Amino acid sequence: MPRHEVLAPIPGVFYRRPDPGSPEYVKPGQTVTADDTVGLVEVMKSFHPVLAGVAGTVVDFAVEGESVVDPGQPVVILEVEG
Amino acid sequence: MKRLLIANRGEIAVRIIRAARDLGIETVAVASDADRDAAHARLADTVISVGPAPAAKSYLRAEGIVAAAREAGADAVHPGYGFLSERADFAAAVAAAGLTFVGPDAQVIDQMGDKVRARQVAMAAGVPTVPGTADGVSDVSAAVAAAAEIGYPVMLKAAAGGGGRGIRVVSDEAELRAAFPTASGEAASAFGDGRMYLERFIRSARHVEVQVLGDGSHAIHVFERECSLQRRRQKVIEEAPAPGIDADIRAAMTSAAVRLCQQVGYRSAGTCEFLVDDHTGEFFFIEMNTRIQVEHPVTELITGIDLVAEQLRIAAGEPLSFHQTDVTKRGHAIEFRICAEDPDRGFLPGPGSIQHVELPGGPWVRTDTWLAPGSAVSPFYDSLVAKVIVWGDDRPSALRRARRALGEFVVEGVPTTTGLLTEIIDEPWFASGEFDTGTLEDWLQQRTKPGEAGATR
Repeated sequence: MPRHEVLAPIPGVFYRRPDPGSPEYVKPGQTVTADDTVGLVEVMKSFHPVLAGVAGTVVDFAVEGESVVDPGQPVVILEVEG
Repeated sequence: MKRLLIANRGEIAVRIIRAARDLGIETVAVASDADRDAAHARLADTVISVGPAPAAKSYLRAEGIVAAAREAGADAVHPGYGFLSERADFAAAVAAAGLTFVGPDAQVIDQMGDKVRARQVAMAAGVPTVPGTADGVSDVSAAVAAAAEIGYPVMLKAAAGGGGRGIRVVSDEAELRAAFPTASGEAASAFGDGRMYLERFIRSARHVEVQVLGDGSHAIHVFERECSLQRRRQKVIEEAPAPGIDADIRAAMTSAAVRLCQQVGYRSAGTCEFLVDDHTGEFFFIEMNTRIQVEHPVTELITGIDLVAEQLRIAAGEPLSFHQTDVTKRGHAIEFRICAEDPDRGFLPGPGSIQHVELPGGPWVRTDTWLAPGSAVSPFYDSLVAKVIVWGDDRPSALRRARRALGEFVVEGVPTTTGLLTEIIDEPWFASGEFDTGTLEDWLQQRTKPGEAGATR
């Protein structure tokens, strides 16, 4: 099955969870729709959701939580049908 | 006070360094790894590294900042705004290290930083407050009972919160029952305190604040500032004096702020925020900020008082150097906050590197900034890159000068809100001073409609 890389839309700090006390947005093996949030990027004190973009199954995160990402950097890997 | 550490970055760190230098005080900057070449680090006499780029690992580490102050041999610490400026434990740690904290005592920060306690102080001082709960409410049934007495619409605020986060408006009991558990849960996880404060929501209100100065024994006001133009509860344009409010109401509000400061023996510069009901002219105390404000320059331009220098003098133990009757105002001043955000992409922040910059100048134009060619707008900090502040004999001349000054402002490399601010100057509601705390958001929504239609073609 083809792989799809979900990319960071903007530079900043990537978060796997909505806040430190909550579980990660997604975990490997989980199915997602295009509109599902898979992480957050914090830039200049504002938080921007990273959407899956396509429907598929989560393979894994491509970066650690709280790591600095560049725009266009893969943050989550999905497997998609077809 | 001989050597001052500035526990901040950006334009306010630059501003404080200049005030200190004008008083003959040596300056120590702190810089994260991202800020080694930043303006405040270049300008100060000494720079101490305080850690990696994320603020939580550098500018927000109280023990690291205190250690830097000791290492540099500083005898005082100015917190600026944001970061650690309203953390009572930071003020206490600075004092415990034998250093002077430029601000009120930890106990006063604690007292005035808690909305519930600040409101109790206001009531004791005979300062009107918005109808609401006297104490924080922690469960839904108590909230419903309180709201029935207050009258809808009701606003929910975190008792321990700040910066406008977690505020919700509910228009009836069903909405309150739905919103309370989430709001309280968010407050508990963000601030470690799930108590909520309920108060009447005023449909058409102006946000007006009074600048105060106190030396512990005496308190005076330095007039008011109009700060109603906000987006997501962040101020965008501020001015002084406040247009559209009768002089007698402004006089009553400024003396109320002085009473409030005397009530707590306030020592330093501070700001008492009020809501003014546009229809009735009633004013209500909402909260006090125990620090210098972003928009302090408009007050400086109409009064000629350097508020940061006054903070430093008071912290050094001097009494207020003037009486209330010595404080006079002249003309009108307006501040425009320029942020590295793209108004046409939902105000998406745009970090990047500055290629070219031209700052406005000339008569009665002040630009507080850290921008320089080659400097970087970091993704780690807030998006404020410059404040353009203008003065005029009256409001119309200040507006003309604002249009001229913003027209001179050029930044290449990052998006900015300059064009949007220029558009606002030309709006009839702004020119006539007829706006409230909802005006800017409403106008922004209408403004984006044609663009959205175009995008769907």
